[in-house]
Amino acid sequence: MMELVCPAGTPAALRAAVDAGAHSVYCGFADETNARNFPGLNFSPDDMAQAVAYAHARGAKVLVAINTFPRAGAEPIWHRALSCAEQSGVDAVILADIGLLAHAAARHPKLRRHLSVQAAAANPDAINLYAEAFGVRRVVLPRVLTVEEISAINREVEVETEVFVFGGLCVMAEGRCSLSSYATGQSPNMNGVCSPAEHVAYSEEGHELAARLGGFTIHRTPKGAPAPYPTLCKGCFTSGPQTGHIFEDPVSLDATRLIPRLAKAGVSALKIEGRQRSRSYVAQVVRAFRAAVEAQAAGDPMPEGALARLTEGQAATTGAYAKRWR
Amino acid sequence: MPALLPRLPRAFQLVAMPLPVVPLSLLLGAVTRRMARTHPVMLRRLGAYAGKRFLIDPTDLPFVLLLQPLASQMTAHRRSSPPEHDARIAGPLSAFLAMMHGAEDGDALFFSRDLTVEGDTAALLALRNAIDDAELDLTEEFAALSGPLAAPLRLALARAERATGLALHRIDIGVLG
Repeated sequence: MMELVCPAGTPAALRAAVDAGAHSVYCGFADETNARNFPGLNFSPDDMAQAVAYAHARGAKVLVAINTFPRAGAEPIWHRALSCAEQSGVDAVILADIGLLAHAAARHPKLRRHLSVQAAAANPDAINLYAEAFGVRRVVLPRVLTVEEISAINREVEVETEVFVFGGLCVMAEGRCSLSSYATGQSPNMNGVCSPAEHVAYSEEGHELAARLGGFTIHRTPKGAPAPYPTLCKGCFTSGPQTGHIFEDPVSLDATRLIPRLAKAGVSALKIEGRQRSRSYVAQVVRAFRAAVEAQAAGDPMPEGALARLTEGQAATTGAYAKRWR
Repeated sequence: MPALLPRLPRAFQLVAMPLPVVPLSLLLGAVTRRMARTHPVMLRRLGAYAGKRFLIDPTDLPFVLLLQPLASQMTAHRRSSPPEHDARIAGPLSAFLAMMHGAEDGDALFFSRDLTVEGDTAALLALRNAIDDAELDLTEEFAALSGPLAAPLRLALARAERATGLALHRIDIGVLG
C-alpha cells in the first residue's frame, strides 16, 4: 500500500491524524526551522517526544520537517533541531538545505533523511546528487511536474519519491519563490512563513471583502463568494487589459483520482498539505485518503471525495499533474 | 458555499435579549479562569498574543464577548457598545461552538464566509490554534463548576444539543466523515 503522509500542526492534530489512519505524520518544532512557522502552531521538544510515543504505540511514524534554509551565523538553531529530533526518536527528518544535509549526514548518520519539497529537486540528476552526497532516502517532489514526468524521474532514481495529493497548492518552484518576501520581507524559505499573518489584513468594504498582504490589496471578493488567503501567487491583478488570477486561481489540490496513475508511476508516498489546519480538517482528510490508498491497493475505483468545502476557493484542481501551467 | 450550520433557535435569541451582561460576565469569567487553569498549554501557544484583546461576536446573540487570555477574563457587552479590542471574529454562535469542539475547521468556516475576521490576524490565528490544540469541552467545563448539579447539567446540555444541533461538547474526532 502507498504510504499516507499526513500533516500535524499541534499534538491534538497529530493524534487525530494517527487515529484517522495516517501511516506517517509530519510536523515541526515551534521556531523558524520549519516552513509552517505560524503563531500558535508546532511542537516543543517535550511535545515531540510525546507525539512520537503516541504514534509509535499505534504503528505510525513521525517525520520532522526542518526544512528552512539556515541563516549564516545562526546554524546552531537548526543543528539543535536535528539533535532534538533524533533524541525524540523520530523516524526521519525532512531537510532542504545542503549545508544542513551535510551536517545531518555527518553528525546524525542513523537519522533517516528525506529531501523536502523546499529543495525543489525536480530532475534525476539533482535527486541522485542528494542521494549520493547526503544519503537521502526519499525525495518530496515539487508540485510542478506531470504524472508522466514523475514516472520518467522514477525510472532514473533509486530513492523513494513522495508527492502532494491534497491541500493548499504552491504553484511555484518551492524553496525558490520570493513573492512573499517582496510584500512582507518574510518568506517560507528563510522564515518559515509564506504571507505571514502579521502582514495580513481583512476588511469588509461595502459588499466586498478586501484581503491585503503587506498593505497590497490581493483580492476583493464579492459577498457570498469563497474567501481566499491573500497569497500573491493566487492574487487577482490587472495586467494590461486583463484583470484576473495571473498565476493561479485560489484553488486547492485534490489528486485523489490520479492515485492509481501515481502508483503506476512508481510513487511510494502520498502527502497531504495542511499543518496550519485544525484537527477537524486533519481527521476528515486523512480518513478520506486512507480509504483511497486502501482502494488503490485493492484495485478498486477511487472513492468520490467530498472534501471541496474544506479547501481554499472551495474548489479543487489536479494541479500540474494533469496539465501545463499557462 | 456556507457550511450547513444549525441556526440558533429564535426562542433562545428572544430569551437572551434581556439577559443582564454583569451576571453573564461573572459566569464567563469563572469558566475562562478554569480553562486557563486546566489548560495551561493554551497560554503557552498564544505566546506574545496572550495579552491581546479578542472581540468574539456571535452575530445571532444580542451581546459580544471580550476575551483577554493573559488576565483569564471574558466579559459580555451590549452589541451597541462594544469594548476596545485588537482583533474581532464574527459569525453565528453555532460556528464558534463547532470550531471549539472540533466539529468544523476554522479555515473552512472562513472560506465559506460563515466566519469573518478583522484586526490582528496573527493574534486570531494563534488563538484558533491554541483552542484547537486544547480540545476544550464546554459541557465539562460548566459541569466542573456546578458541584452536585453536574450530572443534571450534563443531561440538560445533551438534550439541548440534540434539540438545537449546536455542538455543546467536544466531539469524538473519529466520527467525522
